[in-house]
Amino acid sequence: MAPIKPVLLEAVGVPDGHTLASYRARGGYAPLEQTLAGKQPGDVVEMVKASGLRGRGGAGFSTGLKWTFLPKDHPGPIYLCVNADESEPGTFNNRILMEDDPHQVIEGIILSSYATRASTAYIYLRYEYPQSWHRLQGAIDEAYAAGYLGKNIRGSGFSLDVFLHRGAAAYICGEETGLIESLEGKRAWPRIKPPFPAIEGLFRKPTVVNNIETMACVAQIARRGVEWFRSIGVPSDPNNPRDPGSYGPKLYCLSGHVERPGCYEAPLGITARQLIDHYGGGVWKGRKAKAVIPGGISMGLMTEGELDTPLDFAGPGKVGCLGLGTAAVVVIDETVSIVDFLHNSCRFFAHESCGQCTPCREGTSWSLRILERIRAGKGRLQDLDLLLEMGNTMGMMPGSTICGLADGAAWPMKNAIRKFRGEFEDYIRRTNPDGWMVTDPVPALAIVGAH
Amino acid sequence: MPQVIVDGQEIEIGAHERLNCIEAARRAGKEIPHYCWHPGLSVVASCRMCLIETGQRDAATGRIAMVPKLVPGCQTPVKDGTVIVTESALVKESRARVEEALLIDHPIDCPICDKAGECLLQDYHFEHGQPQRRADLQPFHSRRRDVGPTVTLFVDRCIMCTRCVRFTREVSGTGELMVTSRGAKEEIDSFPGFPLDNKLAGHVVDLCPVGALGDRDFLYQQRVWFLKHEANVCGGCATGCSIITEHNQDTVYRLKPRENPHVNKWWMCDEGRYGWHHLHDPARLLSAERRTAPDRSGAAWQTIDWPEVVDRLRSDLAAAGGLAVAVSPMLTVEEAWMLCAVARSIDPAAFLAVGHVPRQGSDETFPGGFTIRAEKCPNRHGVEAVLALFDPAVPGWDDLLAHVRGGRARSAWVTAGYPAPWPAPWIDADTAAAFAGLSCLVVQDLFPSALSDQATWRLPAVGFAERAGTWVNAGHRAQCFEQAIRPPAGVWPEGRLLWNMLGRRGLYDPVAVRRQIAGAAASLAALDGDVPATGIDLRILQLASNGTPSPA
Ligand SMILES: Cc1cc2nc3c(=O)[nH]c(=O)nc-3n(C[C@H](O)[C@H](O)[C@H](O)COP(=O)(O)O)c2cc1C
Ligand code: SF4
Ligand code: SF4
Ligand code: FES
Repeated sequence: MAPIKPVLLEAVGVPDGHTLASYRARGGYAPLEQTLAGKQPGDVVEMVKASGLRGRGGAGFSTGLKWTFLPKDHPGPIYLCVNADESEPGTFNNRILMEDDPHQVIEGIILSSYATRASTAYIYLRYEYPQSWHRLQGAIDEAYAAGYLGKNIRGSGFSLDVFLHRGAAAYICGEETGLIESLEGKRAWPRIKPPFPAIEGLFRKPTVVNNIETMACVAQIARRGVEWFRSIGVPSDPNNPRDPGSYGPKLYCLSGHVERPGCYEAPLGITARQLIDHYGGGVWKGRKAKAVIPGGISMGLMTEGELDTPLDFAGPGKVGCLGLGTAAVVVIDETVSIVDFLHNSCRFFAHESCGQCTPCREGTSWSLRILERIRAGKGRLQDLDLLLEMGNTMGMMPGSTICGLADGAAWPMKNAIRKFRGEFEDYIRRTNPDGWMVTDPVPALAIVGAH
Repeated sequence: MPQVIVDGQEIEIGAHERLNCIEAARRAGKEIPHYCWHPGLSVVASCRMCLIETGQRDAATGRIAMVPKLVPGCQTPVKDGTVIVTESALVKESRARVEEALLIDHPIDCPICDKAGECLLQDYHFEHGQPQRRADLQPFHSRRRDVGPTVTLFVDRCIMCTRCVRFTREVSGTGELMVTSRGAKEEIDSFPGFPLDNKLAGHVVDLCPVGALGDRDFLYQQRVWFLKHEANVCGGCATGCSIITEHNQDTVYRLKPRENPHVNKWWMCDEGRYGWHHLHDPARLLSAERRTAPDRSGAAWQTIDWPEVVDRLRSDLAAAGGLAVAVSPMLTVEEAWMLCAVARSIDPAAFLAVGHVPRQGSDETFPGGFTIRAEKCPNRHGVEAVLALFDPAVPGWDDLLAHVRGGRARSAWVTAGYPAPWPAPWIDADTAAAFAGLSCLVVQDLFPSALSDQATWRLPAVGFAERAGTWVNAGHRAQCFEQAIRPPAGVWPEGRLLWNMLGRRGLYDPVAVRRQIAGAAASLAALDGDVPATGIDLRILQLASNGTPSPA
């Protein structure tokens, strides 16, 4: 797949690229002015629909379609929530967009608000991003001063206020309804659906939640056109009428054991191997990859043999991963123990489960404790089946939880054990030579054993 | 009629009924286990115990399409053609796993847990759980802390259903309880300096499906399997909540609300909940006594056997003549009616008035719609309805005081039965002095008072759980109830005394009296026949019998 000239990352390395002046010099805000002067909100929705843009926040839902779920002619307020909570391990593309080109994001927000008739937009920002906070707030202030935000923007009659809200550092605040609860000042416990946010979201009003990169894409589609966007990426599968394709550039976050980690703009559909070799300079220290996370830890693991999988919205699913996720590609080299990897993954999800749903709350914590025991040399082969059972039954897909965090916790468990079972078994046999084969029920309560 | 198919069995539901799968399955006799769902609280669908399989039958073709995953029954509404599967292998495995997960960190201290015997975690474990524990963790800590003056939290028994939290937010509107921390480290707690202290707080214990929340009034007093249950009505205020009196060996241990959509939904207030202790107060009047010194200055009392009371009370009052009677709003409709009948048989011109109606503060309505009434008696409406049959003017307590103060009475019979301690005694010495000049004063009460000090006859009354009969609440709803416990030895309930004074034979039979009243009074005709457990609205029949719709 041929490399493309960076568009979303155009401002990276440009001196003062984050300023309004620089953004305007690159052609920014002109599309907004043209839109406000000559287009109806419905035209913008149609443009985004036609572009085939799919959300960059993880689920890959068609952005234009999502906007059409809003009630027609809603008399009250509509809100846009921009998801900048970016907490999926390995993901940092939102951060680069916010720090290096905040006006691109803001132009996307204004266009999206115009399209959805939202008069207020909230940016929910991950707490640990102080620089993004400064840059975004600076850009918002500049945009107000230049008349791109506020009342009656550029005489169009359209008004928009943007508020920057800093979260308090919890992964679950990135789940769209957890984000909404948190914005309302509550504990970020994801809501049950229906009603979906488009019908009843923030402050019980129709709400759209979109990712920062999605906003940047909207700005670029407005500037460069639908045809440009559709010229990049992977068209929809003609044999699958339900595949909307994977169009446009994507910011891949490459990290882990590569020579040149970083955020790279590439066409959707680049393979993991191309990404690692062409952009990342190969696996570091001349080693081989053992496994690669395709799009954030929630998406599971690809083996070295699966690295030719295209990283589009449909690709990772074909090798048993959950999906493309955030396109955060983390390379794990051959020296890493998969047992340690899974332990680390379980620790993350046990720490971040919001604790609402029994299977997720207890499953993430129990799996962590099993992994701790295995690493302490007390593992048994039967533990692997238990972990697999948990992985298979925990999540929105089997229907046992409210949100997708549990699926994200389950996938690394399933993938690691299915794809690396031999390594787990060897580890357990080696570290627990006397007990690996025991299948007796574990005495539950030694203390009240007399009963 | 919409049809729902539960495990293959078709049931009809109402055209406009909005039921979830748990409720619909219940109609078919299938219980879907659930923790977090409660009909009086918002749906959170977080415990995941109610997961079931569902599908939809196509109306045209009859083909059934199943949803390819489990769904929470509590969150899933049913409509025509909804298919519910509650017993599939997938469902059973999922329940077993939820049970297993909930027990991972549970201290399993059932032998010392007050909830044992009425604990959903126990019950569901036996029914849906796995025979063996797979978690080789030794979860042994069991921490306890008070979250308020009446409620204590056994932290590690909590299964995080959040019913208690939602109750304080949605029903009491006080919001003292919250969830702290995250994931498996979560705990229920109150915010420092804001303990769980509101007039409905006791509910969180009823709502808790496990032994995490304990009522300090009940804690370790009685094993629940010893308790007997009687459907009762709370006498604490004019709301007249439907309750269950839980008792053993004539001792009440706790009261709980009984679901009644027309009165209290699922709730009752703490004043009512803990308002039974007076039943077992040693200061109660326990025998029928007649003053020996004629001038009432001496305190010499003679205990009279009840059969003898029946005759001598009548002859004393007849001899004095000029009878005035206060019919207490604590009495049942049946007792009130018999009292009026007895009084008129002694003195055909007897002055009959509603007894003292205690009031305190003003009505208080909570966000969930529950109301605590200022009128602290259960049956003013019932007593008034009965009195109207005898005297359309329906005089009140103040009229009776004026009547006595005006010298128009020579004897009086004051029924009371007010639970103590009130903030102040129900009658003060000044008011009681009005009765000083009478030649015969009968006072029937739970506790001694300034008035009983004046009495010629001092008779014990009984408390709410010791009565049977009918009360009519502030909303004109008549509820009938049985006696839960026997009164203390030597005490005849008012009904029994009056029954005997009317010359009726055998045991006092409130149902017979109720039927008799219903036959005699069109306004109370609805009390004929069986009254459902949730009561009947008398107003509707009163409107119909009068033929004049009233604006109320
Ligand atoms: C546990 C969890 C965490 C999530 N975190 C994020 C996040 O940090 N940023 C984000 O944009 N989307 C996140 N999402 C996805 C959002 O729920 C939502 O799908 C997304 O913001 C929609 O935006 P898009 O349509 O533009 O992709 C998360 C989802 C889950 C289940
Ligand atoms: S799946 Fe996990 S993180 Fe999501 S709502 Fe349930 S408990 Fe919370
Ligand atoms: S204390 Fe009881 S009611 Fe409250 S969340 Fe825990 S289990 Fe539920
Ligand atoms: S009762 Fe349905 S999830 Fe708890």
